[in-house]
Amino acid sequence: MAQVLVVTSGKGGVGKTTSTAALGAALARDGQRVVVVDFDVGLRNLDLVMGAERRVVYDLIYVVQGAVRLSQALIRDKRIETLFLLAASQTRDKESLSDEGVSRVIGELRQTFDWVICDSPAGIERGATLAMRHADLAVVVTNPEVSSVRDSDRIIGLLDSTTEKAKRGERMEKHLLLTRYDPVRAGRGEMLGVDHVLDILSIPLLGIIPESQEVLHASNMGSPVTLSNPTSAPARAYSDAARRLKGEHVPMMVPSDRSTLLNKLFGRRAA
Amino acid sequence: MRLVDIFARRRSAKFAQQRLQILLMHERTAGTQSDLIPILREEVLAVIGRHVTVDPDKVRVKLERGDDVSMLEIDIEVPTPLGRNAAFVRSAEIPVHAAGRGPI
Repeated sequence: MAQVLVVTSGKGGVGKTTSTAALGAALARDGQRVVVVDFDVGLRNLDLVMGAERRVVYDLIYVVQGAVRLSQALIRDKRIETLFLLAASQTRDKESLSDEGVSRVIGELRQTFDWVICDSPAGIERGATLAMRHADLAVVVTNPEVSSVRDSDRIIGLLDSTTEKAKRGERMEKHLLLTRYDPVRAGRGEMLGVDHVLDILSIPLLGIIPESQEVLHASNMGSPVTLSNPTSAPARAYSDAARRLKGEHVPMMVPSDRSTLLNKLFGRRAA
Repeated sequence: MRLVDIFARRRSAKFAQQRLQILLMHERTAGTQSDLIPILREEVLAVIGRHVTVDPDKVRVKLERGDDVSMLEIDIEVPTPLGRNAAFVRSAEIPVHAAGRGPI
């Protein structure tokens, strides 16, 4: 029943944590029970993006090592009651995450939640492979830029070879989330277009998130963009992607912030 | 000049796509054995270098992986002692009297 989803990319800074928070919040707002799990041990940031940095007492490593119960480490979101966070440790190193311990914790989370969303660290080292190991499906976050596309291709290879699902001979479900997309520049041929990236990576498209100031604003405020400004272009794009994850058919489009332009015309400050 | 610049900018996405396609075709076929090519290159260079002076930049190792058979291609450019046109030693078919200091 529960779906374990890994948000991964290979390259850093493409929007894994932003996407984890935004998709998690969108799914939880629709009534799903969601936990977002930060696997970036030593460089945790999901707590900050979720606005829960001051509420972290116990983290993933405490639970993996059996020092505390899972319920003691789960942080319930203040805005949506079906949304939870399991933070990464900031001080311990990632070697403290044992394979058996992670496997047990993911198993326990499956019992409680509809969605277990694992925010992968950048790179292809142990932290990244551990985050994807137990996943049922993967969201590959990619920017329309050569280095990001290349790293995504590498990550797709790892998803098809190192995960438990791949080792059982099953097909790993992978979805492309194209972030920081500028339809105007892509239309002018200055930026890799959706078709270019899909042609190269050959995995189904989950959503196109337009480049937007709202994303920085949301992280400044410690709120997933789908909650901080649900009508903004990136929030609508993430909400559509979340509905597609649930199996709904939503026409693919790139939302734009037209209302923001109108606000500017009328001399009001965009929220 | 300015117009040319703008035109070039507007084709850069296509250029990026082509570069990625070529690169990834290579990386996907090399797979997990991506170290194989540089290792082969070094070792082949060491063996040939014992008998012939070879410019390291003139050695190309290529591995094309097919479904049934893979093709390993090694191109080594060997200078001739008399300064004539450089001889081209290809693949495993290295002739006994390849141009060089003497019999290999």
